Amino acid sequence: MSPTNPMDRRKERIDALAATSAAGPGGSLLEAGRVDEKPGVSLIASAVRRLRRNPVFLIGAAITLAFVVLAIISPFLAPHDPAANLLIDKVRPQTNPVPGPEPGFPLGADDAGRDLFSRLLVGSQQTLIVGVFATLFGLTGGLSLGILAGAFGGWVDALVMRIVDVLLSIPSLLLAFSIAAVAARPSQVTVIVAVAAVQVPIFARLLRGSMLAQRGSDHVLAARALGVTRRAIVFRHMVPNSLGPVIVQSTLVLAISIIDAAALSFLGLGNPNDRQPEWGQMLGRAQPYIYDNPHLAVYPALCIIVVALGFTLMGESLREALDPKTRR
Amino acid sequence: MVGVVFVLSLLLFLWLRSLPGGTVSAILGERATPETRAALTKAFGLDQPIWVQYLRFLERAAHGDFGVSTGVLPGADAFQIFLDRFPATIELSAVALLLAVIVAIPLGYVSARRANSPLDSGLVVLSLIGVAVPVFFLAFLLKYQLAVEHQWFPVSGRQDNLGCTRVTNFFVLDGLLTREFDCSVSALKHLVLPSVALATIPFAVIYRITRASVSEVLSEDYVRTAESKGLTTRVVRGRHVMRNALLPVVTTIGLQTGGLLAGAVLTEQVFNWGGIGNALAVAFQRRDYPVLEVLILAAAGVYVLINLLVDIAYAVIDPRVRTR
Repeated sequence: MSPTNPMDRRKERIDALAATSAAGPGGSLLEAGRVDEKPGVSLIASAVRRLRRNPVFLIGAAITLAFVVLAIISPFLAPHDPAANLLIDKVRPQTNPVPGPEPGFPLGADDAGRDLFSRLLVGSQQTLIVGVFATLFGLTGGLSLGILAGAFGGWVDALVMRIVDVLLSIPSLLLAFSIAAVAARPSQVTVIVAVAAVQVPIFARLLRGSMLAQRGSDHVLAARALGVTRRAIVFRHMVPNSLGPVIVQSTLVLAISIIDAAALSFLGLGNPNDRQPEWGQMLGRAQPYIYDNPHLAVYPALCIIVVALGFTLMGESLREALDPKTRR
Repeated sequence: MVGVVFVLSLLLFLWLRSLPGGTVSAILGERATPETRAALTKAFGLDQPIWVQYLRFLERAAHGDFGVSTGVLPGADAFQIFLDRFPATIELSAVALLLAVIVAIPLGYVSARRANSPLDSGLVVLSLIGVAVPVFFLAFLLKYQLAVEHQWFPVSGRQDNLGCTRVTNFFVLDGLLTREFDCSVSALKHLVLPSVALATIPFAVIYRITRASVSEVLSEDYVRTAESKGLTTRVVRGRHVMRNALLPVVTTIGLQTGGLLAGAVLTEQVFNWGGIGNALAVAFQRRDYPVLEVLILAAAGVYVLINLLVDIAYAVIDPRVRTR
């Protein structure tokens, strides 16, 4: 039966994703290390083997790794303090608002005379922080709601899912804009919260779907027959087995969060304090100079594109590898 | 569905109440004195119990009375702003979606037919890049390269100043209706860049769903049967493969409308398009809450409506839905 409610299909899509890996024999990514002794080829073992040979996954993983390492060591790499207005004397608001490259400043400076190259390097740090924390907050909120709904079922499930459905009916970026607009004093935190809130309903639905798929499964019934408490069943049996699709979704959400944060900055809803640079914010700030000095926007945009692509490539190949349907 | 819209209105109401400083501060701003504050609080009925306020909010919304714009077009009626600008966004989104569908479905089919060929891999990578590029940056790139540097397309706006007659405010359609064809041509030229920018994400998503869906159907027994009994490629493709593969694609197209509306906010801002996306962007920047109120409700409404249309399209494509 085709769903008649307009929102049902978005739900179905998420549920299908949830069922994908809950149905698999291996169940959880976390068991990946142990599967070698098993006689048959488990879903995880075949996934790992395929991933190792998949160039798409390897490229994605390499970009991601490079980004994370850069974010950690960039303060030591940056030639200048990203917040110091070193070239402020060269800034002429009327004739030359953005100083060009010169010795020691390979990419020139921004409109406040700060070294662009250093800002790009150090910008990876805040960008990673926005991505990781937005994903973590979205994950935490979504997991709590999803576990609540999946563990108790009944009216709790109905209530939680009703809320989630309404949130899913608002175009996600619009929801993020609306939440950011409520903030009296915009900051990095409000940006993270706005971007994360959009992900909560998606994670909630995902987790609930795969937990529901497990409720009637043998290992849960066996645990129940043995008299295992509900808390233990939920947290030691059902949740670990539901994490596969959640981890896949997380890598994709990280990419989306970084792009969404840039969109918030573009609309002036981002973090106004730019002493600590972030790529999305640099891109948003470059707007007034975009025609005469497009490089000011192009560099941070390229960084965002490459990193988002890295996470997406990794996430998509993970999803494909974990999907029993594509198993050969 | 009615329930969803109802809860949405409740959320919107609570959202408005939680705005920094509340409506009164938003309107009075710096000039607030205790007296004007009290007067305005009473005038807006903010001294009433919260459920009375909500009912009044619903009543006003049902009459299209959302208050007066404070930032987008100060002094203008918020609902009128929505009415004036709505056709522009619909025109842009419709063209963008059409573009995405026309390009994505054939490419998705070809990709699935030649899975793992260089063409297929190239298209997949392209579609992944399409999702990774921030929409407003792509819009800016297109504008900078093709309109500013090369002047192949107009830089911004919806139409050159030709003194065209307005009938429906859909500029392309207006030109056709009044036989002012140069108006239509001008409007189409202005449409090219923004609609291409706006179409990238729906293109990427629709392409990948089509590819996945077609490759699944291609492995079905009935396709092999159809091929082995000697049906022409055209018949197999049209009657057996595409008809079955299109169902998830149609669903996805419906889901993309939400993303289109959000993308329009960013794209219209770059091209100064004068639609509701443009108005939303300005309203967010200047915290114009009456306009935000009507536009967000409208966006959610359009999303719900489009998905209803998708359900109807289901019945056309899938006879199993029709008979039930």
